[in-house]
Amino acid sequence: MDLLPYFQSFEATFIGTKVRESLWMFPVIECVHLLALGLLGGAAFVLDLRLLGIGLRDQAPPDLERKLHPWLRASIAMLILTGVPMFLSEAIKCYYSPPFWYKIGGLILAIIFTFTVRRRVAARTADKAPVIALASIALWMGVAFAGRWIAFY
Amino acid sequence: MVEFFQWLEATGGSVAIRESILLYPIIESTHVLTLCLFFGFIALMDLRLVGIALRGVPVSQITSRIQPFGVAGFVIMVISGALLFYSSPMRAYGNIFFRVKLVLIALAGINALLFHKTIFKSVDDWNDALQPPPRARLAGLLSLVFWSGVVICGRMQAYKWFD
Repeated sequence: MDLLPYFQSFEATFIGTKVRESLWMFPVIECVHLLALGLLGGAAFVLDLRLLGIGLRDQAPPDLERKLHPWLRASIAMLILTGVPMFLSEAIKCYYSPPFWYKIGGLILAIIFTFTVRRRVAARTADKAPVIALASIALWMGVAFAGRWIAFY
Repeated sequence: MVEFFQWLEATGGSVAIRESILLYPIIESTHVLTLCLFFGFIALMDLRLVGIALRGVPVSQITSRIQPFGVAGFVIMVISGALLFYSSPMRAYGNIFFRVKLVLIALAGINALLFHKTIFKSVDDWNDALQPPPRARLAGLLSLVFWSGVVICGRMQAYKWFD
């Protein structure tokens, strides 16, 4: 299946064109994307550290999960909301960029994992769940790393 | 200072990073990814001080258990940032965003120092408060503003708008 025509039409969308032709829109969206990335890191890793048995050890994982989940959800929403217009503005470049495909694959995995396995485990675990924590850290760092490398390859 | 930076830019290490296909991207992405550690942890601590995140978790627990990871992130940030600067000092030197960024880092540092020297000393009195006292909330808010500004300036540094 050849996806290139779809990516060409993504790039031709109104938003894609607007962002590409504007001098300031891409940088501004990118800044918000980065701030949201930082927040995602905080919201995800504070719970992951707890699941590793370090960090906020005096808090029960289910409590911490409940408190951090809204921040995690909000930062992911903000990342997608800012990521989509950046993608639309350079969809064809993304099509030819290997890091882009790794990023999308990793992102889908990370979201499914976070909202199903990790969430359920954290809601029931009394103490540690190191494998879940390490998987979460590796997935999100992988997605962020691949995202940064879209600019290089 | 310009002469020193020009000399620095001509050193072997600087040229090596600048011209390397892998080294520069690796240092650069380490710098950016550490945002998740440094900015993320600091932001959550600040949001707790402001009184909107992690309510119910004692403030002293967050500072003693999360802050070390934030500090570790800061160290990686400074080392990778210094290497990035070393790779092209002249470009950074003349960049307005870089200069504003340095000022904001200094302001964030002063804010953190003042917080620890003043209101944080009485943390035992408001450790469990859902909303910490106004001075602590202000320190959290200022920290969020300064560090967000640092992230924004860091990103904008790549664009040579006012050079």
